[in-house]
Amino acid sequence: MEITINRKPLDKVTESENEGRQAVHSIKLEQANTTEELPAVFKINELNLWYGQDHALKDIQFTIPEKQVTAIIGPSGCGKSTFIKTLNRMVEMVPSVRMSGEILYRGRNIFDSKYNVEELRTEVGMVFQRPNPFPKSIYENIAYGPKIHGIKNKKVLDEVVEKSLRQAAIWDEVKDRLHENAVGLSGGQQQRLCIARCLAVEPDVILMDEPTSALDPISTLKVEELIQELKKNYSIVIVTHNMQQAARISDKTAFFLNGEVIEFRDTGTLFSTPSDKRTEDYITGRFG
Amino acid sequence: MIHKKVKRRKAINHLAKFMFLLATLLTLSVLGILLCQIFLDGKEYVTLDFITSFPSRFYEKSGIWAAIWGTIWVMAVTIPLSFMIGVGTAIYLEEYAKKTMFATFIQMNIANLAGVPSIVFGLLGLTIFVRFMGWGQSVLSGGLTMTLVVLPIIVVAAQEAIKTVPKELKEASFAMGATKWQTTIHVVLPAALPGILTGTILAISRAIGETAPLLVIGAMAYVAFVPDGLLSAFTVLPIQIFNWTTRPQEEFHGLAAAGIIVLMIILFIMNGLAIWLRNKFQNTSRK
Repeated sequence: MEITINRKPLDKVTESENEGRQAVHSIKLEQANTTEELPAVFKINELNLWYGQDHALKDIQFTIPEKQVTAIIGPSGCGKSTFIKTLNRMVEMVPSVRMSGEILYRGRNIFDSKYNVEELRTEVGMVFQRPNPFPKSIYENIAYGPKIHGIKNKKVLDEVVEKSLRQAAIWDEVKDRLHENAVGLSGGQQQRLCIARCLAVEPDVILMDEPTSALDPISTLKVEELIQELKKNYSIVIVTHNMQQAARISDKTAFFLNGEVIEFRDTGTLFSTPSDKRTEDYITGRFG
Repeated sequence: MIHKKVKRRKAINHLAKFMFLLATLLTLSVLGILLCQIFLDGKEYVTLDFITSFPSRFYEKSGIWAAIWGTIWVMAVTIPLSFMIGVGTAIYLEEYAKKTMFATFIQMNIANLAGVPSIVFGLLGLTIFVRFMGWGQSVLSGGLTMTLVVLPIIVVAAQEAIKTVPKELKEASFAMGATKWQTTIHVVLPAALPGILTGTILAISRAIGETAPLLVIGAMAYVAFVPDGLLSAFTVLPIQIFNWTTRPQEEFHGLAAAGIIVLMIILFIMNGLAIWLRNKFQNTSRK
């Protein structure tokens, strides 16, 4: 079991690295533009963000493709968490925040005053750094989302709960104790429960803000495997501190530094032949 | 040299422990003496007849039946009103209000109100409820005045309870597209409820012992009937007790002590309820 868990991501790395190397030989410049060909979920145009006087995001401009894993890496305080929270407008919970520019989600500007933030967050789900299950039963945790969107039918709810838990690969572990409190689960189980809770709303995009930073290595691998599985049906944006993780699981990687996007391209290319000196310094561990 | 200092620090530590123990014992002994004194004075007067009789000018026929029912009636007005308005205000201030000058101003004033002497609320009640609204010296006026007294305390307690709800839980709810109201009702309130209930019960138990505001609005000491409606005249336990202590006869002082015993028992039960509720909810929310 563990061997297979270990294998998969490693294979992924070598595979994408090979791709990267080939790309370097043939069409180095075009590589950066491949994102244009995939359908986009998010188009970010000249996004700027300030916390009071602090300019936290500077002229962010890139496109997040559909049904891919887009990783965001960078040192602490570079604005990666802030950025991912702008995608579902959770950043607005900070009182002193100001923004300019636009983020198009499937062609609509999410900062438009007519854009309903509840609607956006139904489409764009989020998994947080620390597992944050509600102090309710496992069942109630998953049923929470569908319930707030008006689903009351017990049968439908039962189905959603089972489907979501299966998708998040935690069904077998919890099916016999659905009505026990979720707080009693282990950290790794809690995080997969939170992913299941997010899936229950049937989102289009899943944002993950360092989802494995509070987990042990085994749980981390389980979550990574899960992300690979979810990629088939969902577009995923993941913030991570862990460069190996970004290399293992993502298709695209954006490198953030001091609130700017230094480089955004295919993960394999970014890690094998970074075009910017600062990216190279970061991924080779010279700073950050 | 350093070893010598360790000894000194340990000595200071012991001294501090002793001082704190002394402070605790002092407080406890005051309570103990108070309880003993009252118990000795009043124990022979606490009988079933005492509880089920109306007041009388003959001490042996006197009782607290009207006062108990008066207290119940006043609280029946105060508890639901102060709970709803108090928790509503707390939710508004914590969850909805933007942190503007106006919100800060309200916040400051609520904190100030919690410190206003209760007799001032009595005067307010006299002016507004008794005179202006014309409800007279009734259960309704008394209950509303008491609501004013406990409201700021409940607001502050509920705010504190709401503040302790982890931000992560609210974020989880918002991130799934829940509105503020859904998040408040399904996530914030259940998590804050033990704190809110504890604060409310403690505020109410303070109101039960409160005398001054009801004296001002004119609650009567001699009521030989059980209130039959919101506009009925009434008395409450502390006023009945106060009245007995002002009589010259020694026996009435005994009755007052007996009244205090009953009042104390009610308050102990309520505080016990508050502690029980807090523990019960804490356990369910943790495991």
